[in-house]
Amino acid sequence: MLHIKIFKSAALIGTSVLLALQWGCKPNTVQTAATGDAASKVYVAPGTYDELYNFVSGGFNGQLSVYGLPSGRLFRSIPVYSVDPEKGYGFSEETKPMLNTSHGFVPWDDAHHPDFSYTKGEIDGRWVFINGNNTPRVARINLVTFKTDEILEIPNSAGNHSSPFVTPNTEYVVAGTRFSIPLGKNTDVSIKSYKENFKGTLSFIKVDPSSGALSIAFQLLMPGMDFDLSCAGKGPSEGWSFFSCYNSEQARTLKEVYASQRDKDFIIAVNWKKAEEYVKAGKGEKWPARYAHNTYNEKTHSATSVMETEVLVLNPAQLADMVYLIPCPKSPHGVDVDPTGEYIVGSGKLAAVMPVFAYSKMIKAIADKAFDGEYQGLPVIKYEAALYGEVQKAGLGPLHTQFDNNGNAYTSMFVSSEIVKWNIKDLKVIDRIPTYYSIGHLCVPGAHSVKPYGKYVIAYNKITKDRYLPTGPELTQSAQLYDITGEKMKLLLDFPTVGEPHYAVACPAELIKNNSKKFYKIEDNENPYAAKGEKEAKVVRKGNEVHVYMTSIRSHFAPDNIEGVKVGDDVYFHVTNLEQDWDIPHGFAIRGANNAELLIMPGETQTLKWKATEVGVIPFYCTDFCSALHQEMQGYLRVSPSGSNVPISFSVGDNDSE
Amino acid sequence: MKSYKILLASCSLLMVISCGGNKEETKDTSAETKDIKSMYPDQTAATDAKGVGKFKDITLPATLDSKKADAGQAIYDMKCSACHRLEGDRLVGPTWKGVTTRREPAWILNFITNVDEMLNKDPMAMAQLEECLVRMPNQNLTDDDAYAILEYMRKNDGVK
Repeated sequence: MLHIKIFKSAALIGTSVLLALQWGCKPNTVQTAATGDAASKVYVAPGTYDELYNFVSGGFNGQLSVYGLPSGRLFRSIPVYSVDPEKGYGFSEETKPMLNTSHGFVPWDDAHHPDFSYTKGEIDGRWVFINGNNTPRVARINLVTFKTDEILEIPNSAGNHSSPFVTPNTEYVVAGTRFSIPLGKNTDVSIKSYKENFKGTLSFIKVDPSSGALSIAFQLLMPGMDFDLSCAGKGPSEGWSFFSCYNSEQARTLKEVYASQRDKDFIIAVNWKKAEEYVKAGKGEKWPARYAHNTYNEKTHSATSVMETEVLVLNPAQLADMVYLIPCPKSPHGVDVDPTGEYIVGSGKLAAVMPVFAYSKMIKAIADKAFDGEYQGLPVIKYEAALYGEVQKAGLGPLHTQFDNNGNAYTSMFVSSEIVKWNIKDLKVIDRIPTYYSIGHLCVPGAHSVKPYGKYVIAYNKITKDRYLPTGPELTQSAQLYDITGEKMKLLLDFPTVGEPHYAVACPAELIKNNSKKFYKIEDNENPYAAKGEKEAKVVRKGNEVHVYMTSIRSHFAPDNIEGVKVGDDVYFHVTNLEQDWDIPHGFAIRGANNAELLIMPGETQTLKWKATEVGVIPFYCTDFCSALHQEMQGYLRVSPSGSNVPISFSVGDNDSE
Repeated sequence: MKSYKILLASCSLLMVISCGGNKEETKDTSAETKDIKSMYPDQTAATDAKGVGKFKDITLPATLDSKKADAGQAIYDMKCSACHRLEGDRLVGPTWKGVTTRREPAWILNFITNVDEMLNKDPMAMAQLEECLVRMPNQNLTDDDAYAILEYMRKNDGVK
């Protein structure tokens, strides 16, 4: 039996290879791919601004990168799930709680999908959300400060992949588990009991409309499968969210073979308005849980971590009219709803055709009970009853679809390394263009809003091979920018990305740039360790802790001479940047620190913990070139033996000799 | 970017001319601004003791508004004291001792509220930067803050 199955899969792979050859796997050469006026279309003159912000997931670097388009210039890498020694994120005492989880401090994650906040289906420029794939989490990034404001862990989840995919008024951020696992009281079961014991969850996380604060409204208990991607309904389909899934075979091993057996898996349609009714009617069940909820406070410049203790669970197998399954060929990856909200595109990564479902037909099928039985207690809508039509021979390995403002769709084809443009109404392929190489996600600015911006499509590629100067075995990851203003797509630019880019979103710069924070008002600084002026600078001993309340301004620290620290002391440097001007951070570094530097924004207080381990005079200095006298911005800390009776003393500007 | 240009220019200037002593006490400003104006003929504003900015003709009462001066002291403690002494010589920036007799009130108000433009255009401010080499941070102070600081400077200079 086993042999036969493996043989079948080998045959499948063989067919794919043959197909690939037939389609022409090797793309055109560089010379034929780029057009003559490409340079002028991506040239952003020195001192002028880009047209768009592009927020690109960092994948296994756990961060969110910010690029300008059309130039492809990298502006900033926002630390989210991974520590960032450059910014002190995850190293300063104030930011450490951001990375707390039920497993303790987790300083890394795999961040795949950013999505904007929306108002009336349009990008509102307030927040970007991004998922943490490995230790399931969702983060909210503030687009005023470009900092991570909140991270919420997801309980009853094992890999938060189908997330965050925000609803049209930012009612919910969703979080579907990639892996199903045994849930509830008895989780010590044999892996062989997958079909009996393994379950998945789809979480709906409420977003407070004014503060943005996250809280899990409810989780849907789903059959054991792998949940992949998601997209919110809009317009007529507002109130629904759609999820893709694979492994409806419920395989537990060699999934590349055993989870690819069935002709169809499912698009899952979730009526979250109905779910809200059930929650209101008290139909949910409170499950005990343990998950961290971390929030950054802009006034105290500090994060706090709270451990939540329960979560509300709804069971769709018992609560009717809330969850429906639509068959979708074959191991669908992307599910994308077009700007009108009527068309739902499934991308079966192993399928020859791409189905487009119609929301109105789905609703009619539900009303007519045009069902094809049940799957694990959930109604399965007849494929043909929900189907609008199929895109034939689009390409090999369709993954994701984006939309422009003219009724066209753009689908990434991983196996055939290309973007295929097709018309949503007549489902005809209009154009295809190679990518270099193996495109994963793609992005049209505003594609998931009701009003796409269009103009460009950006490819995020998995492989670059010969595109850039070689850098050893690991090569740069890359994105490619294409002009989509004409009928034919045109390649304009390659630009390297940091980490591995998965999904990305983009919007006009106008929505964000004028709100950007320039500095924190020192008067509003509520950090308990702030020194608001040199008068408040001091050094205080508390047992074996020494707290240094330090200020920094161009170009000195106060105090910059400190004595009375003893071997074994924990020294906390609470550094307040007294500057009140844009783009004037100060840094702080001390010899032998086991963590990182601090990078303190104007008006901010940040704290570095440092252990005194040996006798001597230890230098510290500013790491961020701040003025012509930056090199002079330094100081000394004297460490005496543990039994010493050198008293605590500190000064600045006292240059007399002993 | 502009600030860097000036900074670099200032550095090279240092090698050519000697830095000089305590120029804060100079009454005749034409001497202290001559070099700067020859270096940046297109950039520097015409010599004007009132500086560059919205404050033009400021007349202050002869007596001190001590409440305003107290407010000025609070701002000084938080945002200015790191670099300016109330007496003695220059620390990072010039001493505040005698500043209200060295400079017009309008110049002081313009420098506090319009520091970047002043450092880029005003010959006296540029000459001061040439000596101090650290651009005065723009502390984003309001007009009211600036008046309060000016009042505190006057108190420091003996106005009752």
